Amino acid sequence: MSSIHASSLAVGYGKRPVVDNISLNLQPGELLVLIGTNGSGKSTLLKTLAGLIEPMDGTLTLLGSAPGQLPTQVAYLPQHPVSSHTLPLCVQDVVAMGRFAHLGLFKRSNDADRAIVLDSMKRTGIDSQANDPIRDLSGGQQQRTHLAQVLARRAEVLLLDEPTAGLDLNGRKAVAELIATERARGVTVVLATHELADAESANVVMLLAQRVVSLGTPTEALRDEFLRECFGFTQPH
Amino acid sequence: MRLALFGGILVACTCAIAGTFVVLRGLAFVGDALAHGVLPGIATALLLGFSGILGAAVGAAVMMGGVSIVTRKFRLSGDTAIGLLFVGMLSLGVVITSRSTSFVGDLARILFGELLGITTTDVAWQFTALVIVGVIAFVSRRPFLLLSVDDGLARTSGFSARLFHNVMLTMVAITVIASFQTVGTLLVLGMLIAPAATGSLFARRIESMMLIAALVGSLSTYIGLLISYHYDLAAGASIVLTAVVIFAISATANEIRKSRSHSHHDHEHPHVHGEIHV
Repeated sequence: MSSIHASSLAVGYGKRPVVDNISLNLQPGELLVLIGTNGSGKSTLLKTLAGLIEPMDGTLTLLGSAPGQLPTQVAYLPQHPVSSHTLPLCVQDVVAMGRFAHLGLFKRSNDADRAIVLDSMKRTGIDSQANDPIRDLSGGQQQRTHLAQVLARRAEVLLLDEPTAGLDLNGRKAVAELIATERARGVTVVLATHELADAESANVVMLLAQRVVSLGTPTEALRDEFLRECFGFTQPH
Repeated sequence: MRLALFGGILVACTCAIAGTFVVLRGLAFVGDALAHGVLPGIATALLLGFSGILGAAVGAAVMMGGVSIVTRKFRLSGDTAIGLLFVGMLSLGVVITSRSTSFVGDLARILFGELLGITTTDVAWQFTALVIVGVIAFVSRRPFLLLSVDDGLARTSGFSARLFHNVMLTMVAITVIASFQTVGTLLVLGMLIAPAATGSLFARRIESMMLIAALVGSLSTYIGLLISYHYDLAAGASIVLTAVVIFAISATANEIRKSRSHSHHDHEHPHVHGEIHV
């Protein structure tokens, strides 16, 4: 069974699609990288995959179900996760919220849940600040906390909207390693980014400019004519 | 006086639970609208000889339903919908009460409460409300927490944002309805927000925020009642004013503590100025 299957999918808000005619098929462990400028449709597509926006047309399934139907198996990191300055939450509490999809209303968290939360914090390097209030952290540290929350879901599909935003070079490397580790255990990852370098290890790259400019392997999708069409410039050779 | 203190502490505890989520989710305006929206319901009920609590419940239901319909059907922003219904319901309440000259005293009681005149029945209602609000908050703590961060996070975690938003509003409405006898519909908002806002300054967990809010609310009730008794001032207003003053003192003290801590930190680590982003 495909992890993600889309056929003639149109995504957007209101009556006008932002991107249409999207067809793709991702298998477990594969990485799809969405590249495009601001407003190109990357985040709209990710929100549709996450079940936050209804598809406007076509078909879309994640792990064989409609978007939003499998909260324990699909995790989504939004572009600018809210770290409200008024929230009196420490880092580990924010990360523990990643387990809520599994716990529902009534199930009590157990040692296994706590171990997953700790492991997720260690993997994003935020464990040393587990008891610090999130509102006192830097933007990069808050981003690591939200990444840990997504990892704590232990999902089979990860939808990451610019996860390296606000991270320094070490943070970017750590995210790349995290994605590689998740893929190695069969997790399918969809990553929206501005960085062409993020596409190097992808199975599939989709170049977006309010339409699908190109779709294929990194070599196929990032050809000069497509990049020029999308960004107005090409990569230095 | 003891009954008033006991009733006031029950109000403080109920408002601490509901107020924590009002502050976290940014529902102060909704809380204000609910507090005023119950006015025509109470006025109509008293005019027709029914229980004020029953009228308040109907008023709150109309207010919540109205906000939901206006937001969804007319594609207006939440604060516009709330603002419209807020002034509409408040005006309706004043129009109803202005029809009867004997209503002047009742209107003052509805708006500002009558803590010193509460009965054991009022206290029993308040206790029931505390239990209901406590159960709602405990059962819904996870979706409420997710909603306080982001609607999308709640939805992608498998919780209906609309359902639990409405559950949260219902919890706030129950708090307002049960508290109007003691602190009044105008002042209940102060008890919802001021102690919880004080809690948010110091707490690192939701539970500790609620606990601090309950302690601040209870302390405000005690001090407010003492001031009211010794200086012959309005009890409800004295309590809420005390809660707001405690917040102001706490916020100032917190800022001073933070600035001292930062200057101490800078002195110890003069070369560290945050992360270097590449």
